[in-house]
Amino acid sequence: MATDPKHLDSRRSFLRKGAMIAGTALAGPGIARSARGAPLEVPPTAKEMGRPIPPTAYGVPSRFEGHVARRRTDVFVNRQNWSDWSMTPLQHQHGIVTPTGLIFERHHAGVPDIDPSTHKLAIHGMVKQPLRFTMNDLLRYPAVSKFHFLECSGNTLADWTKAASTTVQQTHGLLSGAQWTGVPAAWLLDEAGVQPGATWVLFEGADGASHTRSIPVDKVMDDVLLVYAQNGEMLRPEQGYPLRALIPGWEGNVSVKWLRRIKVGDQPWNFRSETARYTDPMPDGKWRQFSFVMECKSVITRPSGGMKLERPGLHEIQGFAWSGRGRITAVDVSTDGGKNWQEATLEEPVLDKCLTRFRYRWSWDGKPAVIQSRAVDSTGYVQPTVQEIAKGRALAGFVQHHNGIFPWSVSASGEVKNAIA
Amino acid sequence: MRSRSLLLGVATALLGVGAALLVGACAAPTALRPARPGVGFGQPIGEADLAAWNIDIRTSDGLGLPPGRGTAAEGRAVYNAKCVACHGAEAKGGPTYGTMVGGIGSFKTSLRVVTPGSMYPYAPILFDYIRRAMPMDRPQTLTADEVYAVSAYLLHVNGLIPADAVMDAHSLPNVSMPNRDGFIPDDRPDTRAVRCMRDCK
Repeated sequence: MATDPKHLDSRRSFLRKGAMIAGTALAGPGIARSARGAPLEVPPTAKEMGRPIPPTAYGVPSRFEGHVARRRTDVFVNRQNWSDWSMTPLQHQHGIVTPTGLIFERHHAGVPDIDPSTHKLAIHGMVKQPLRFTMNDLLRYPAVSKFHFLECSGNTLADWTKAASTTVQQTHGLLSGAQWTGVPAAWLLDEAGVQPGATWVLFEGADGASHTRSIPVDKVMDDVLLVYAQNGEMLRPEQGYPLRALIPGWEGNVSVKWLRRIKVGDQPWNFRSETARYTDPMPDGKWRQFSFVMECKSVITRPSGGMKLERPGLHEIQGFAWSGRGRITAVDVSTDGGKNWQEATLEEPVLDKCLTRFRYRWSWDGKPAVIQSRAVDSTGYVQPTVQEIAKGRALAGFVQHHNGIFPWSVSASGEVKNAIA
Repeated sequence: MRSRSLLLGVATALLGVGAALLVGACAAPTALRPARPGVGFGQPIGEADLAAWNIDIRTSDGLGLPPGRGTAAEGRAVYNAKCVACHGAEAKGGPTYGTMVGGIGSFKTSLRVVTPGSMYPYAPILFDYIRRAMPMDRPQTLTADEVYAVSAYLLHVNGLIPADAVMDAHSLPNVSMPNRDGFIPDDRPDTRAVRCMRDCK
């Protein structure tokens, strides 16, 4: 299955080799040698020393995996390079953890380069004792690690009513999964002593946008982490180094990166980022505000847009399901455009507010098909179609929080395309 | 003696509870909600030492707006010096960003035009955002007077205040914004999808 035009040639040559190997294997005992296959030779790498081991190094992927990269989208083009996003290549992700260098980005003023020895976190406002913390202070606390997904509220926003995007990286790549390590925000707020009557908390970043959001204090005291590490290493600069918030299950925008200030108050601040942005158009001309939770959603990542099924037969349908309200309890797959559905297998571990891998063994008969997935979460919520979402919301313009069922079409020649409309 | 032993008893009981908590925290490392450790490492700081950071405005009533003032006429000069390159002449859109003017009344049509004039429920959002984030290449360099003035200019080109209106900590929160009552709280889930398995649709 080829994905990137640039790499079609190398992918095809890889597939040809794969087909040859498969052909050889399928020939089985009794057939000495297929006329198609040359005898296997000892590969050159087995006849020489490999690359020497350097004294120190940070490992990087094979040079043959260069096509696996974050990409800015060409579907929705921002005409500058600081307030934009780059998307995770979900079609190349094999487990529930997104490799750290592939976790999606969304910045509002570029990526700051922060020296952790100078970074400070302040907690103030409606607290008994305002406090400041250095990174060394924060690293002294017992650590907590959790696996959670992170999804931008704008994920899939170009593909509500028309198929604008080609690949799943473009349609769903503002989604990643990681293990996050840090300190529960509740510990530090308890230490400062939240005053009675406090209901909202402000998180502010140290980036050039001083990005700011208002968060209900109940959520902060429930499960919010102040994170310094991701997937076992200190945060990457583009992920908020040296400190960020992680607000499990909620739109990514509230998980403020480069976190430097927490202020406690008794009302939301109603910033630009929570009025003019990140609000949802409603049919009566109104806007739904503080729609934080990322609702239950799933997508097939393989096969997905831009790929090609080389031949009929077994194709494992793979994808991700996730819910900001809890665990995934089931994923159903349809290969006939939504008429009939079969339950897919969920791969362990299945965790709270975390990417969950599903697999379904599909035998493609070589005829045109439409494949799609539908997730159910632990609250009983069933992932809706776009048509169902449109009954209650206005799909007009820049619409966020798209958790609709997402179909891909497969043509008779095996080409997979975005089939949202 | 009696009261002293009672005190000792209470103290012992408290110590016991503390020890139990510590043991509990150690014994259950996989607990979803680990117990807060009995110590903290934050250093006390005074609000005065946070003044340079404490720039948020509670936009519904303007709490936090600093002293200073500005008019649309003054704001036009600041805008043309520091904003026009990205946002375009008269805030109607430039090479980098779209228009910041108009759209009032468009939300009940199929093409919603989102601008500060049409969208912001409270005028102090302009002050908060411009001060913290603009100009994009030199954020937090405008004076309070300049921020009030640019805010006034953007309100004026949207037809919301006269050219000579003075914007300050008192007047800015009192500007009547068309989308003041345009927001509803999150009422999701708003779909009721059914898990049909056979012969659906």
